[in-house]
Amino acid sequence: MTGSSREYNESLLAISKAAGIELVEITDWNCCGATAAHNLNKELSVSLPARNLALAEFDGMEELVVPCAACYNRLVMTQHELNEDSNLKARIAEKLKMPLKNSIKILNVLQFLEKYFIPRLDELVKYPLTYDVACYYGCLLVRPNKVMHVERWEDPMAMDIIMQKLGANAIDWPFKTECCGAGFSVSKPEIVGELSGKIVRNAVGNGAKAIVVACPMCHSNLDMRRPAIESYLNKKVDIPVIYITQAIALAMGIAPKEAGIQRHFVPVNLTVNR
Amino acid sequence: MNKEDLSFKIKQSTDVNVRECYQCGKCTAGCPLAEHMDLRPSVIMRMLQSGDKEDEDKILRSLSIWLCLTCETCYSRCPMELDIPKIMDHLRQRSLAEGKVHHDARNIVTFHKSFLNTVERNGRLHEIGLVLDYKMHSGKLFQDITVAPGMFSRGKLSILPEQIKDKKGLSRLFKNQDKNTK
Repeated sequence: MTGSSREYNESLLAISKAAGIELVEITDWNCCGATAAHNLNKELSVSLPARNLALAEFDGMEELVVPCAACYNRLVMTQHELNEDSNLKARIAEKLKMPLKNSIKILNVLQFLEKYFIPRLDELVKYPLTYDVACYYGCLLVRPNKVMHVERWEDPMAMDIIMQKLGANAIDWPFKTECCGAGFSVSKPEIVGELSGKIVRNAVGNGAKAIVVACPMCHSNLDMRRPAIESYLNKKVDIPVIYITQAIALAMGIAPKEAGIQRHFVPVNLTVNR
Repeated sequence: MNKEDLSFKIKQSTDVNVRECYQCGKCTAGCPLAEHMDLRPSVIMRMLQSGDKEDEDKILRSLSIWLCLTCETCYSRCPMELDIPKIMDHLRQRSLAEGKVHHDARNIVTFHKSFLNTVERNGRLHEIGLVLDYKMHSGKLFQDITVAPGMFSRGKLSILPEQIKDKKGLSRLFKNQDKNTK
């Protein structure tokens, strides 16, 4: 969130500030280990996120807002696994040398927006967005559905509803939850080009003028990896990819620069009716 | 199930019983990478059921287990609710421990190791550190050399890593771990 997805952080902080919501970072948080940990080392894949859960509890937090979809997924999976396996929980708590109740409420960015922004959108939106958009959810926010418990996990609507409330037309399309290639961005970029290419092609084919995302990996694969996508599709594609938090920022009238719109590889030429 | 069978070890470690698979093929049908796989998910499930040692060896040497992106589509659609991605994690770790990683999967493993090295060193991800570590270990020195300037000019690369304070607590998590993650 301070590196390649810096604009996600900036836009989330900007809209929260404008809405009078204060977000506090977990003291001394660490990386969750992401795909690398669960692919190579089961224990680390649980202990790294567990440290963050324990630290958040220590800080006295009751609710955790996790903008990165990968971090969110790992934290929820960890909470789930530790609650299912008391031996594992005891072992991890001992390694952490911290108490772990493991009952903190974990929200992804869509759940956060649903809870704190949707009820107030009429008041907050100053400049409705008027174009057709494709809301792209990817994997990590909705699966595995046995743990994530997302309504309509094959055709989720949370982001679509927010975009409609901002004035945009969220198109109906079948690639909402297809995988973008995720962690292969560096090790198998040609696979990212193919999987992300199919997603972008479908969004464009269904008339979208922008793709809206809520995951840093989806964003970097659809935006920064555009050359790989274009080489798979064998043509140039200029559809921009924005974070849901940037869309809200634009609709709230926050300056595009404050929402990090200029940081994308594919230029964002979306006008707001002022 | 024989105690020597891979399926038995999977059941013990993941609590997933591969015998419950009745070969409907939904996992393979929904898998975004099935067409690139040498062994498709439903085929792996069937081979695990057989308990055949040659089949088990083939699975651990396959590219498929490393191509699996853990998108969780198979698990979410499985009518028997079999957690195939969890099985894949188990197979990957075993493949690595037994030195059976497929040649074409080496970059994937190298990347994961570089990622964990960076996290162990700093406590947080540092993208330049990660990519340099990966380039050193994979020999792919010139990959993405054209992307870096664009990331810099967009303020997306920080030169110095962020460090966490409690390094001691963090290193405890990395201790007594499987040596193969290094």
